[in-house]
Amino acid sequence: MTRLIVVATALVLVALPFMADNYVLRLATTMLMYSALALGWNFIGGFAGYPSFATAAFFGLGAYAGGVLQTRGVPMPAAWLLAGAIVALFAAALGRAILHLRGHYFAIATLVAAEVLREVTNSATDLTGGGMGLNLPVLSADVTTQARLFYFAMLVVAAAALATTALVAESRLGFGLRCIQQNEDAAIMLGINTRRYKVVAFTLSAVFPGVCGGIYASWVNYIDPTDVYDVLLSVKPIVMVLLGGAGTVLGGVYGAFLFLLMEELVWRNLLQFHAGLLGIIVVCLVLFLPHGLRGIGLPSLLSRWRQRTREATP
Amino acid sequence: MILRLADVSRRFGGLVAVNRVSFELKAGEVVGLIGPNGAGKTTLVNLVTGVHRPQAGEIRYGGERIDRLPPDQIARRGIARTFQVVQPFPHMTVLENVTGGALFAGGIKTIRQAKDEAMEHLKFTGLADFAARPASALTLANRKRLELAKSLATNPRLLLLDEVNAGLNAAEIDAALDLIRAIADRGITILLIEHVMKVVLTATTRLLVLHQGELIADGSPDNVTRDPRVIEAYLGPKYAARYAPAAP
Amino acid sequence: MTLLSVENVAAGYDDVQVLWGVDLDVAHGEIVALIGSNGAGKSTLLRTISGLVRPTGGGIAFADADITTLTPDRIVAAGVVHVPEGRRLFAGMNVRDNLLMGAYHRRDGAAAIRRDLDFVFNMFPRLHERRLQDASTLSGGEQQMCAIARGLMAAPRLLMIDELSLGLAPRVVEELTAALLKINATGLSILMVEQDVLTALELSHRAFVMVSGRIKLSGSSKSLADNPFIREAYLGVPSAAGVMP
Repeated sequence: MTRLIVVATALVLVALPFMADNYVLRLATTMLMYSALALGWNFIGGFAGYPSFATAAFFGLGAYAGGVLQTRGVPMPAAWLLAGAIVALFAAALGRAILHLRGHYFAIATLVAAEVLREVTNSATDLTGGGMGLNLPVLSADVTTQARLFYFAMLVVAAAALATTALVAESRLGFGLRCIQQNEDAAIMLGINTRRYKVVAFTLSAVFPGVCGGIYASWVNYIDPTDVYDVLLSVKPIVMVLLGGAGTVLGGVYGAFLFLLMEELVWRNLLQFHAGLLGIIVVCLVLFLPHGLRGIGLPSLLSRWRQRTREATP
Repeated sequence: MILRLADVSRRFGGLVAVNRVSFELKAGEVVGLIGPNGAGKTTLVNLVTGVHRPQAGEIRYGGERIDRLPPDQIARRGIARTFQVVQPFPHMTVLENVTGGALFAGGIKTIRQAKDEAMEHLKFTGLADFAARPASALTLANRKRLELAKSLATNPRLLLLDEVNAGLNAAEIDAALDLIRAIADRGITILLIEHVMKVVLTATTRLLVLHQGELIADGSPDNVTRDPRVIEAYLGPKYAARYAPAAP
Repeated sequence: MTLLSVENVAAGYDDVQVLWGVDLDVAHGEIVALIGSNGAGKSTLLRTISGLVRPTGGGIAFADADITTLTPDRIVAAGVVHVPEGRRLFAGMNVRDNLLMGAYHRRDGAAAIRRDLDFVFNMFPRLHERRLQDASTLSGGEQQMCAIARGLMAAPRLLMIDELSLGLAPRVVEELTAALLKINATGLSILMVEQDVLTALELSHRAFVMVSGRIKLSGSSKSLADNPFIREAYLGVPSAAGVMP
């Protein structure tokens, strides 16, 4: 049954660009991007339990890395991959420096990272165009082809993030991260090299947003620091993962989908209260649904439905 | 000789927690570490397990110097400890808790094998029936057994038990003692830190007494409990002077 | 006449039970000592009486009123004042302010508080000398004086002191015990937890010996001092007189 759902979903995802109009395609591309961001955050925030606000830093750095490389003539796909590599290196270094901090202190340190990167980007005008932004070379292809291209690019990243999450969840690394999240001192005493594991989780939480940032830059053709280092790029993925269930494999995907759907259908009309509504949602989540959708038993509802349909077939 | 401390000292700010402590543990011994509150017993355990570094002296484990190693590496070399306040992974199952020990310090490579190994340790500690329950659902006595099972899963040669009996009633203490005896029978060296004198006297053949960071006695329980310095440490200098004067 | 009555009290932290059915009493005008080895539960008992820890069984009565489930501030208002282990003075405040904080809950007027402040400074002249000094800069003995004085400022009927002599030089301990005797002579009852057995027994009228959360021995302090079972209570080995009943 599960296999059927998976195959069906995959077919829909692949066929979508050829069936939907550009507006829906753009929405779907955004959903895939946020799925990747959420899945990325899940490594450090969900599995390891470290509240990172660095997603915006990684995304922005990836956008600028990819963007600058492209303006220097590097072809798009290479620029994206290099952006991911640069962000990964940055995350490993940053992680070494701040992962000994815990809880709120760690969160603040990661928040600061995005701010610092934004300021550095602003000042390095020769390289990045500073506050005036960066223009990327436009593709010589029609709008529809471009839309499909970027859709598939984000789909690949999201799929890669999902596959990595599934692999880590079943691995020794995933087990170790869960132990760290439950009780870090006990984890150390059981022989887990917590420093190394945390750096790995942090790096994984960076590489996917980094590549997304690179793709995003090519997609919108113009980026500026305020845009790509926006703190909402850190906050929204967290809310999505909390909504869908932290530390699970599909939680980030469910959450991203639900969140963006609600955003599209409901809040676009309430432009002034947008940020306020987000705040209210976070408070409600924390107070009433600490385990996200898992708390109201969505996965168990699904599995029970699966059970019933399985028993129904002779 | 499995553990040797030589002139180990550690201070925190102005307070000397451990002051030039030296002793040796032979493989297979069951030794008690006692002393009034604040004597430095837990600090000593933290020094051996790498949570703190000694500021003087050295600690050798099976001949290798370990006082500069991080705690996870010391755990992998075969030193395990339990915590005074139990430290489980609360939302993981009992089986997963013990699997953690086997999978990392215990040296087992795959999760599946580690789970099998963990099940054996659960059977040994009498927790097999609770394997699928979350650790937070256990009673205190069982959580202490879980702590023990986790430590055993790391395949230790030296086990440091920090007040395993705090909060247990008499029957639970007896059961804990049986378990400790069974562990010792496997050849594991045990250092038992305890306040409950009755436990330490029945379970150990040798006592180390710490007072204000110094080792003031090292010997058989009989000798140690009659040692005037020990009496002075526990009951006060005036009492010792009147009722247990040191031999002239 | 009984002032404080602790009956069959059980208590602990989370699910670690520390006290297993403790019985203890203090009569009007008495000094009672609570002694025993570490981890026995002596501090926990004081904290249960003063309301910091909720008992899970048994009852506590003070001046014939049931205080078992009262909140700590009500227990202070009733006249039970707890001088905690480690002194816990307010660092950053001077001695005088620390003392005045002791009178925080009092409603009997500035004049009465002023009177008590003078009494306390008379009893501990060194505190008067240092009254404008930051409390954390005092020596160990002076800090203990300040903590006791602060407790006195709360107008207690029963003063509970946790670990009087810990970390203090013998001479300082003698000063403090002399002060406590004087205070007791004015009618104040005292319950003290004390590490040093003879100091405790020389200062008190009666004493209770606690082992592993239970009272194993009690009686007049004079008779307990010579009781060989005391050593067993602390060191677990039976004395020449045989095993403790």
